[in-house]
Amino acid sequence: MEKKYFDPKDLAKFGEITKYQKDMGTKFFDWYGEVFSGDTALTEREKSLIALAVAHTVQCPYCIDAYTTACLEKGADEEQMMEAVHVAAAIKGGATLAFGIQMMNHAEKMNM
Amino acid sequence: MGVKQRSKSLSASGNQLANTFFQLEILNKKELLPTSYVKFKDKIAQVGVPNIDVVPVEIFQLNIGKLCNQTCAHCHVDAGPDKKEEQMTKPDLERCLLIIKAVDSIHTVDITGGAPEMNVNFRWFVTEVRKLNKKIINRCNLTIIRSNPKYYDLPEFFAENKVHIVSSLPYFSASRTDKQRGDGVFEDSISALQMLNKVGYGIVDNLKLDLVYNPSGAFLPGSQCSLENEFKRQLLRRYDVKFHNLLCITNLPISRFLDYLIETDNYTDYMETLANAFNPATLDGLMCKNTISVSWDGNLYDCDFNQMLNLKVASNSQHISNFDVQQLNQRKVIINEHCYGCTAGAGSSCGGELV
Ligand code: SF4
Ligand code: SF4
Repeated sequence: MEKKYFDPKDLAKFGEITKYQKDMGTKFFDWYGEVFSGDTALTEREKSLIALAVAHTVQCPYCIDAYTTACLEKGADEEQMMEAVHVAAAIKGGATLAFGIQMMNHAEKMNM
Repeated sequence: MGVKQRSKSLSASGNQLANTFFQLEILNKKELLPTSYVKFKDKIAQVGVPNIDVVPVEIFQLNIGKLCNQTCAHCHVDAGPDKKEEQMTKPDLERCLLIIKAVDSIHTVDITGGAPEMNVNFRWFVTEVRKLNKKIINRCNLTIIRSNPKYYDLPEFFAENKVHIVSSLPYFSASRTDKQRGDGVFEDSISALQMLNKVGYGIVDNLKLDLVYNPSGAFLPGSQCSLENEFKRQLLRRYDVKFHNLLCITNLPISRFLDYLIETDNYTDYMETLANAFNPATLDGLMCKNTISVSWDGNLYDCDFNQMLNLKVASNSQHISNFDVQQLNQRKVIINEHCYGCTAGAGSSCGGELV
């Protein structure tokens, strides 16, 4: 059998992570379910857009597929979804650049 | 601005799917279904419902013609400007009136198409139904109101006859709406909605204006309540448009939407999504339980979808010419794999979510 990482079919098996640690796994799914369920302080659509952005920063292909679908289902459009990805990218890029200050501080200390 | 056709009807483009036998063959082809797939009949039996029984007919839904000024990509009716012949005739409309009058349990007459307003007898028929004091729903595609000066006064006509208007608007922006329904549809739809608002539709209680949302792709609709809030907020903010309710409808895998699913290699995944989202709580509210759907040529079906698959009612009474309400009220609904579209998630019907 061909060995491959990231088989899209594995997404459907996510529920099986309770197999070796039932209590913790069940608690995770209860909590996860509550986070995303219904319009609460944030609407379901807003939560899905945040999830989509985070999925890009953690570079999880399963989450990207799942939350692209969720965003569409909840009524977000492609423009909003791409904007969410830009928000994620801006924070990631900005955070990388912010470490430049540390580099500068250290370089300035080391140089004459 | 006029409407540009999104596509051609299946029959006009010589597509094999124009043949309903071929559609049923695809829906039942094991190789195209996911491995874990359970047939709809077996699935409902597993939850203790071996058959779908009906209650006395309450909604008389009439497809008065397939002629339409649009050719939407997802259309399950395969309607379009080329469907000039498929129009219900005045004698058949008269027959329907007799049935509506005679059957007390029918409280609602639901008129659909195509663009029903394009049937030359439409206005006459609506005024006749009005005299019978039954609720009238008209499934109006909105753009018809803007398509020709002869339709500009439709909002006033609807209001005079207290017609409940149900109209499709897939999204509150032009790009997604036009992708599904044709270039220019969004702009004309908004302008038609503003005309309807002007006579009180969507604003006063007895001039009901509901919008229909159906996903513009191979995914399920989200929560009706949440989407309704967003549609209301955006349409008011951007266009000063008001409406009463948003009805969320799942796309069923038939006709042009089936063609889209196959063409884009989404068919198997979509069937899996529908089957995985099966919700037994929807079974009691299925629209086929209290509806009779009549085709432009007078045949009788359990619902609009069965009509498009040419699956006539399981009864000796299969045509308006021998309408026998006692017999029809005893029938079992004809089901097939497309029925998963009505039972997925919160369920789906011409009236939106079921649970
Ligand atoms: S407006 Fe309605 S009937 Fe006409 S093509 Fe579009 S979906 Fe079909
Ligand atoms: S498609 Fe839906 S409404 Fe029609 S028979 Fe099947 S379950 Fe009933």
